[in-house]
Amino acid sequence: MSEPLPDYRDQSPAVAARFAKIKERPVVLEIDRLGRQFPGEHGPVVALHDISFKVHRREFVCVIGPSGCGKSTLIRIIAGLDEPTSGRMLVDGKETSGPCPERGMVFQGYTLFPWLTVKKNVMFGLKMQGMDGGQADREARQWIDLVGLTRFADTYPAQLSGGMKQRTAIARALAANPRVLLMDEPFGALDAQTRAQMQSHLLEIWRNVDVTILFITHDLDEAIFLADRILVLKAHPGEVQEVIEVPVPRPRNLSQLNSPEFLATRRRLEELIHPRVDAHAHEHLPIIRLTQVGDDVE
Amino acid sequence: MSRPRWFSVRQELTPKRSRFLGVLAFMLPLALWSLFSYIPWLWHPMVKVTAPGDVDWMRAGLLINRHDFDKEVATAQLAHTHAPVGFRANPIYFPAPHAVIRSLYTAFTTAPVLKGDLWLHQSLWMSIQTIFWGFTISSVVGIPLGILCGSFIAISRLTEPFVDFVRYMPAPAFGALMVAIFGIQLEPKIAIIVIGTFFQQVLVVANTVRKVDCALIEAAQTLGSKRRQLVLRVIVPASLPDLYNDTRILLGWAWTYLIVAEVVGVSSGISFFINQQAKYRNFDNVYAAIIIIGILGLTIDQILAFVGHRLFPWKNPRPSRIRAFLGKLFGLRPASAEKPVQLLPQ
Ligand SMILES: Nc1ncnc2c1ncn2[C@@H]1O[C@H](COP(=O)(O)OP(=O)(O)O)[C@@H](O)[C@H]1O
Ligand SMILES: [Mg+2]
Repeated sequence: MSEPLPDYRDQSPAVAARFAKIKERPVVLEIDRLGRQFPGEHGPVVALHDISFKVHRREFVCVIGPSGCGKSTLIRIIAGLDEPTSGRMLVDGKETSGPCPERGMVFQGYTLFPWLTVKKNVMFGLKMQGMDGGQADREARQWIDLVGLTRFADTYPAQLSGGMKQRTAIARALAANPRVLLMDEPFGALDAQTRAQMQSHLLEIWRNVDVTILFITHDLDEAIFLADRILVLKAHPGEVQEVIEVPVPRPRNLSQLNSPEFLATRRRLEELIHPRVDAHAHEHLPIIRLTQVGDDVE
Repeated sequence: MSRPRWFSVRQELTPKRSRFLGVLAFMLPLALWSLFSYIPWLWHPMVKVTAPGDVDWMRAGLLINRHDFDKEVATAQLAHTHAPVGFRANPIYFPAPHAVIRSLYTAFTTAPVLKGDLWLHQSLWMSIQTIFWGFTISSVVGIPLGILCGSFIAISRLTEPFVDFVRYMPAPAFGALMVAIFGIQLEPKIAIIVIGTFFQQVLVVANTVRKVDCALIEAAQTLGSKRRQLVLRVIVPASLPDLYNDTRILLGWAWTYLIVAEVVGVSSGISFFINQQAKYRNFDNVYAAIIIIGILGLTIDQILAFVGHRLFPWKNPRPSRIRAFLGKLFGLRPASAEKPVQLLPQ
């Protein structure tokens, strides 16, 4: 047996100092008693109920929760693609609604414009803001360099791998100079290895760019690895269950995946998200034996 | 490895087999046609008289029913008179391939029967003008309207019920009306092509535009696109390849309406030529004219496919056989090898 895990709320002095510093920074995004109901067959379905939280400048916040708890609904409302039925959203202290480039978005399905090359995709937001071609071109190139796609600037999305598509999407969102970058399970469709690379890559980008990130995932390790704070949602109705300050120091690297702080945080997340795991352990599925006699593998 | 099978569900054929079948697609009907044309004991229900004998109502060159001919022969034998002589032939509406192929050339070189009638190439040119203007007028209004319908639900609700209603009225039904309004030149014919094409076009275009992935529109919104930009910078380019293919298909329909339109009022163009030739029982010319329409349609379609490939390098539209053929001729790289779709390393 190894030594018992520390409490996930224990923070080393360095980590505590970092959180103190973050809290001094101005609030970029404030969600205030936000609610969202959908009309359903048997009366309205409450997808989100009374969600409140604040995100400070250059903070990395992950939102985690079981499937169907309203994560996508929340981020779509923040992106302005959906309207809340109650509550407010403030960006830099001003109440806003509707889509706007100050809240950039990266979707799980990449959503690159297939008729545009990587560079033209990245230039899209700049052009929408009325920037002239030459300057948009120069800026786009910088972002493409930053995400490591220099060689593929003139490639069409169909020829890129999933990881490269998502890097293009990140460059495209960042090029529009957002205050907040919203990411809805952006690495959910990638294989494990690419996913790990993309996580490190995203942290690297975030270190070099003045942007605040709100990142949705259902992967516990991903949330701990990336976030300063983790917002744990619960389902039916979607509510904030707990906000966890991740005690893992920065800069992050993959060797921390087995550090005591990491494991302690992970255990807490598991308690919150899969609380009744034991209740299901005794449920037996009706499995019929279909193999031939004599080919036992156990 | 065993040789691949000819028939396996949804499996690609080897290029060689694919080409072979493509050629066979034309050779098979041609072979059937030849069989029935050149093998005298296959079908051939008529007899062409070469010498009438003592039958007074027959003349050399007359084409008569074989049954009647045989009866006369029997009668003549019984009466010990000279029996008529002839060889088995097909009806006049079933010319042999070589006659039609010859007509493909001679149809252009024979002067019209009546003074003032048009030569074949003049008739064709008239048809092409009619279809060009009909289709262009329809598209210039129909495609933008379809795009608006597909983009804005309010416009769709306002126009589509009526468009749907008119769509069910057969275009030729407007013939007499169009002649009354536009006179007897090409205008009423153009109008019928417009009526036949436009209403379909609006609905087809609107449907294609509605298929644009909503996520692309949302992505553009988060990048700062406003209404106008969403239509012009996202919806239009996203649906352009499909719109292009729709247009190719609709152009095929327009050819059908052309033939209908040309017989409205005063007959004109290629239909007039066909009717005129049929009246003089020059059926090989009739076939030649129909085949020319087919060749013309196929050529235009293949040119459009070829251009489409160039227009949308990010997408492969329906592959063009002509392009593959030209590629072989001039050593161009085949379309599929132009932009190899491959996953690049991370
Ligand atoms: N457009 C909609 N209409 C009706 N119900 C919806 C709609 N979008 C989401 N919901 C419901 O809201 C809840 C949260 O959905 P979602 O935000 O997609 O969850 P998550 O992203 O966390 O998996 C689900 O129960 C879903 O059925
Ligand atoms: Mg979701």
